[in-house]
Amino acid sequence: MQALFSRLRYAGVGAAVLLSGCNMEVLMPKGDVGAHEKSLILIALGLMAIVAIPVIAMTLWFPWRYRQSNKKATYAPNWSHSNKIEVVVWTIPAIIVAILAVITWTSSHALDPYKPLESEAKPITVQVVSMDWKWLFVYPEYGVASVNELAFPTDRPVNFQITSDSVMNAFFIPQLGSQIYAMAGMETKLHLIAREPGTYAGLSTNFSGEGFSDMHFQAIATSEDGFKDWIAKAKASQANLDTDGYNALAQPSEKTPVTYYGNVAPNLFVNVVNKHMGEMSHDAAMHGDMMQMHHDAPQESMQMDMHPHQDGDAMSSNITPAKAEK
Amino acid sequence: MFGKLTLDAIPFHEPIVMGTLVAVILGGLATLALVTKFRLWGYLWKEWFTSVDHKKIGIMYIIVALVMLLRGFSDAIMMRAQQAMAAGESAGYLPPHHFDQVFTAHGVIMIFFVAMPFITGLMNMVVPLQIGARDVAYPFLNSLSFWLFMSGVVLVMVSLFVGDFAATGWLAYPPLSGIKYSPTVGVDYYIWSLQLSGLGTTLSGINFIVTIMKMRAPGMTLMKMPVFTWTALVTNILIVAAFPILTVTLALLTADRYLDMHFFTNELGGNAMMYVNMIWIWGHPEVYILILPCFGAYSEIVATFSKKPLFGYKSMVYATSCIGVLSFVVWLHHFFTMGSGASVNAFFGITTMIISVPTGAKLFNWLFTMYRGRVEFNVPMLWTVGFMVTFVIGGVTGVLMAVPGADFVLHNSVFLIAHFHNVIIGGVVFGVFAAINYWFPKAFGFRLNEFWGKASFWCWLVGFWMAFAPLYVLGLKGMTRRMNHYANPDWQPFLIVAALGAAVIAVGILCTLIQFYVSVRDRKKLTDPSGDPWGGRTLEWAISSPAPFYNFAIVPQIKELDQFWEDKQNGVAYVQPAKYEDIHMPRNTGVGVVMGAFGTVLGFALVWHIWWMAALGLVGMVAAFIVRAYDRDIDYWVPAAEVEKIERSRHAQLKQFQTTQVAPVAAPQRQKVA
Amino acid sequence: MSSPAVSATHGAFDGASHDGHDHHHDDGSKTLLGFWIYLMSDCLIFSGLFAAFAVLGNSTAGGPTAKELFELPYVLGETMLLLISSVTFGMAMLNMHAGKKGGVVAWLAVTFLFGAGFIGMEVYEFAKLVHEGAGPSHSAFLSSYFTLVGTHGLHVTCGLIWLVVMMDQIRRFGLTDATQRRLSCLSLFWHFLDIVWICVFTFVYLRGAI
Repeated sequence: MQALFSRLRYAGVGAAVLLSGCNMEVLMPKGDVGAHEKSLILIALGLMAIVAIPVIAMTLWFPWRYRQSNKKATYAPNWSHSNKIEVVVWTIPAIIVAILAVITWTSSHALDPYKPLESEAKPITVQVVSMDWKWLFVYPEYGVASVNELAFPTDRPVNFQITSDSVMNAFFIPQLGSQIYAMAGMETKLHLIAREPGTYAGLSTNFSGEGFSDMHFQAIATSEDGFKDWIAKAKASQANLDTDGYNALAQPSEKTPVTYYGNVAPNLFVNVVNKHMGEMSHDAAMHGDMMQMHHDAPQESMQMDMHPHQDGDAMSSNITPAKAEK
Repeated sequence: MFGKLTLDAIPFHEPIVMGTLVAVILGGLATLALVTKFRLWGYLWKEWFTSVDHKKIGIMYIIVALVMLLRGFSDAIMMRAQQAMAAGESAGYLPPHHFDQVFTAHGVIMIFFVAMPFITGLMNMVVPLQIGARDVAYPFLNSLSFWLFMSGVVLVMVSLFVGDFAATGWLAYPPLSGIKYSPTVGVDYYIWSLQLSGLGTTLSGINFIVTIMKMRAPGMTLMKMPVFTWTALVTNILIVAAFPILTVTLALLTADRYLDMHFFTNELGGNAMMYVNMIWIWGHPEVYILILPCFGAYSEIVATFSKKPLFGYKSMVYATSCIGVLSFVVWLHHFFTMGSGASVNAFFGITTMIISVPTGAKLFNWLFTMYRGRVEFNVPMLWTVGFMVTFVIGGVTGVLMAVPGADFVLHNSVFLIAHFHNVIIGGVVFGVFAAINYWFPKAFGFRLNEFWGKASFWCWLVGFWMAFAPLYVLGLKGMTRRMNHYANPDWQPFLIVAALGAAVIAVGILCTLIQFYVSVRDRKKLTDPSGDPWGGRTLEWAISSPAPFYNFAIVPQIKELDQFWEDKQNGVAYVQPAKYEDIHMPRNTGVGVVMGAFGTVLGFALVWHIWWMAALGLVGMVAAFIVRAYDRDIDYWVPAAEVEKIERSRHAQLKQFQTTQVAPVAAPQRQKVA
Repeated sequence: MSSPAVSATHGAFDGASHDGHDHHHDDGSKTLLGFWIYLMSDCLIFSGLFAAFAVLGNSTAGGPTAKELFELPYVLGETMLLLISSVTFGMAMLNMHAGKKGGVVAWLAVTFLFGAGFIGMEVYEFAKLVHEGAGPSHSAFLSSYFTLVGTHGLHVTCGLIWLVVMMDQIRRFGLTDATQRRLSCLSLFWHFLDIVWICVFTFVYLRGAI
C-alpha cells in the first residue's frame, strides 16, 4: 500500500512538474501541515488519474474510431447492454473511491486543524482577530500585539486562536498549510508549524467587503533569536492596545501599515469573542453557569469593544432591553 | 412617499453604468419602435406573452436566458479585464465598490437567470413531447412561473441603474449581507429577485413532477421513459425539495434586514453559520438541478448520433436517481474550513466522492454508446464530446477538493473557481448549447447552421481552457477569489491569458448569435420537412417540425423504450389514422403576465421600502389570482376536422419529402449484431 | 410555431359533450397530486423554520426565556380552536360528498369563525409579547419564535381568504367538479396546518415550558 502511494505520488509530481514552469506556492510547502496536504493532493490526483486518463483517451478514441465515414469499424446498431461492462464501470470507480475514502478519513483526522501538533518544542500561542480590513495578532504570552505582521520561530508549533470582530474572514498562509474561518462570537483553532525560515504571504480567503483585497499580511518564520528580537521590537513600541487603542484600530481601514503594540490589555481576545456571543445556544446549554459568568464579566469591559459600525444606541445591544426593564 | 428611493439612487457619476443605461434605453426604445412599426404588439401578446403552450413558454425562457447570458458574460469580461490590469500598485479600472457588485451579479445572473431558465426552458420544450402529452399538467401555472421568473429578471436589471446590487458574493453570506455591513438596497434586490424567481421555479417543479407522473402516453412505464425525461423528473424533485430551503433562508435574512431580527447577526445570539449551512443545503442540490437535465440531453444526443440505443439505460436511470439522493448529503463540503470536527468533514467528503461513482458510470455509458456505433459529428455531438473530455477534468478537481485535507489549502482559491466553471461551463453550458442545436428544429421547423455552430463550439472549448487553466495554476499559487487587485506581480501573466480566454469565449458567443441570424436567414434551405432531422429515437421526432400546438393528434401507444425508432424500423412510424378526435386544450390567459407585473411592483417596492406600493403589488397579485379562480372559460376543444386538416398537410409534406429525398429519415436497417 | 390563425378560432366550442373520452381532462387526481407535492414543499419551509428554532431556541441573549414568556393555558385555547376548526372542515367535506351545498357553506363559515378566532388569539399573544418588551428583535430566540409561529399564522390567514373565496364560489357555481376539487385541496391545506400547529405546540410551547 505504502509503495503504491509513493509511486502514485511520483506520478502526481510528474504531472505537477509538467504544469509548472512556475512556482506553485501551495505545492512548495514550508511546514509539516502543508507538506502533508501537498502529498495528499498528489496522491488523490494520482489515484483519480487511473480512471480519468483512460476515460479521456477513450472519449477521443471511440468517436474517432466509430466515426460515420469509417465503414471498416464494426457497427452494432442494437447493442446496448453488457453486464460485464456495467460491472467494470461501476466497480473500478467504486474501488478507487473506497481507497480515497480511507485516505480521506485518516487524513481528515490527522490534519484536523483543531488538533495540536505533536512536537518536542514548546508551542507558542497567537490570538488572531480579523477586522475591517486588517489582521490583529496578539501574543498573550508576551503581552504584545501586531497588525498585519506575524512572527514565530521555526520548528515550534504555533497554536492559533482565531476570531473576527466583524464579518467572516478566513486565515490562510498558503505555504504553511490549512486555512480556517474567522467568525465573530466564535473561536476557531489552527495549528501550524514552519520548518524553514522565511517570509510567507498570508491573506484572508473569505470575501469580507470593500477592503478585502488588501487584507493580507506577512508571516515571518525565523530563528529563536530572530523571534526574540521581533518580540523586543514590538515591546519597544509605545503604542498601547487598551480600550482607546483598540477602538481606534477597530475603525474600518484599508492598507493598514504594520503596527506593533508594546502593551496589550489582558483578556483582549476573550472580550472580542464574548462581545459577539449573545448566549451561544449549545455551549450555554452544556456548561451554562460557567458561560454565564464568562459572559457577564466582560460586560463591563464591553464598552471598549464597541463596534465601529454601531452608533451609540446599538452599542448597548448586549444588555438586552428585556433585561434592562427588569 | 417613495421610501428610500431618491434621485440619488441613480448612479450618474459612474460612466460604465450610465453608458450601459443609455445603450439599454436606446436599444429598448428601438425594439419598442420596431415592434410598434410592424404592429407586433397584438401578435406578441396573443401568441406569446399570454400563451400557456409549453413550447412557447420554453422558447421564451431560452430567449431570456440568452439575453441574460450576454449580461452575465459582460460582467465576466469586466472582471477578467480588471484582474488582468490590477497588479502591484495598479488599482485597475473598477473600484472595489463596483467590482464587488460585478462578481456578485455575475454569479447570481449566471446561475439563476441563465442556467436555470435554460434548463427550465429545455424541459418545457421537450418533456411533454417526449412523453406524448399535449401540454403540462397546469398550463396556467406554467405561464405564471415564467412571469414570476421574469419579474426576478426585471429586478436584477433595474438594480443596475437604480440603486445598487449586492456586493457580497453570490450567496450573500451574513453578517456581511446583514443590514449593518450592507446598508444599501443591493442585498434587498438580491433577496427579492431570487424570491420571486424562486417561487416560479418551485411552481414549475411541482408542475413537471405531476406532468411526468400523470401524463405519460399509455404504455409508457417509468422504465420506458426517455432518459431526458428521467433526468427532468429527478431535477424537478430536487427543485421541490431544495428551493423551499432557499426560500426560508432568504426569508430569515430578510427578517434580519427588515424587521431587525437576529437570525444571522453578530449580536443577540444570531448564528451566521446556520445561514451557511442552510444556503448550501439548497445550493448543492442546485448544482445537480442544473447538470442532470444536461446529462439527459447528452444521453439523447449520443444515442441519436451514434445510431445506437443508449448503452445501459437502466444503469443511467439508477445513476441519475443516486445522484439526486446523494446531492442532499454533501452540502458541508462547501465549508470544511469552518472548523467542524474531523469526522464530520470526512463524512461529507466521502459522500461527495461517492457521487463520482454514478457520474463516472454515466460517462462510461456514453462511451459505450459510441462504441461500435456510427458517430456523426454534428454540432450537438461536438458539444457532447467536448463536454466529456472537459467534465472529466472538472470531476477530478472536484473529487480532489472533496478531500478535506486538500480543501484546506484549495478552498476559496481561484482553483475552486476554475473547478466549478469547469463543471458548469463544461457540463451545463455545453449541454445547453448541444440541446439547443439538437431540439431547435422541433421548436422552429428548421435546423441551425452547422458552420457557425462548429465555430462557436471551438471558440468556447479553446476559450474555456485558456480562461480557466491559468486559474487552476493560480489557485495553486495561493491566489484567492474575489480580489479586486493584488500585490503579487507573478500572478499577472496568468490573468492576462485568462482574460484572452474570456475574449475567445466572447467570440464563441458572437458565433452563436451569427448562427441564429444565418439560420433564420437561410431557414428555407435548412428546413426540416420530416420532423425528424437527425434520425431520432424518441417521440418528439415523430411529429412535425415545428410541433403542432396540440403536439399529438393521436396519443401514441407505447410498448418500447425507443418507440419511434422501433416504429420506423417496422415501417409504421407515419401511418395516418382512420379518424381524428376532438382535442381538449387550455385557453391562453394574461393572468400570468399581470401577476408577474404586480410581482415586479411588489419586489421593487419592498427593495425601496415603499410600503403603499408593496401593498398594491401584493393585493394586485392575490386579486389577479382570485379573479382567475372565477374564470370558468379556461379551455376549449379543437374540432377533429381542424386536426385532420393540419395533419393532412403534414402528411402531404412528409410524402413529398420522402419521394424527393433518399430518406435520411429512414433508419438504417436492422443489421446482425456484430 | 403553431399556426396563429388556427388557434385563434376555437373560441366557441363547448366542451360539455366531451367529458367522457379525453384522458387529458383533469379528473382531479392531477390536481390533488400536485397539491400534495406543494404541501410537501411547504412542509420543508416549516422544517427550515423548526430547524432555525432548534438552533436558536436557547439563544436568549440574556433576555426572557420560553419558560418565562409562554402561557400554556392560553395557547391550549388557541390549539383547541384550530383543532375544532379541522373537525368542522371535516363536516363540510362530508356535506360536500353528500352533495349538500347549503351544509358545505354553513360548515365552512363555522370553520372560518374558529380559524379567525385562532388568528385573533395569536395576534393578541404577539401584541402582548411585544408590549412586554419581548418583541422579535430582542434575541435570536424571539426572532425564531415569532418567525415560526408567525409563518404558521400567515398560512392560516391565507387559508381564511381561501375559505371566503370557496364559500362564494360554492354559493355561485354550486358543487361543480372544479369547486369540489378546490375544496379538497383546501381541506388538505387546512388539516396540514393543523398538523404543523401540533408540532409548533409540542416543540415550541410544551418543550419551552419544561
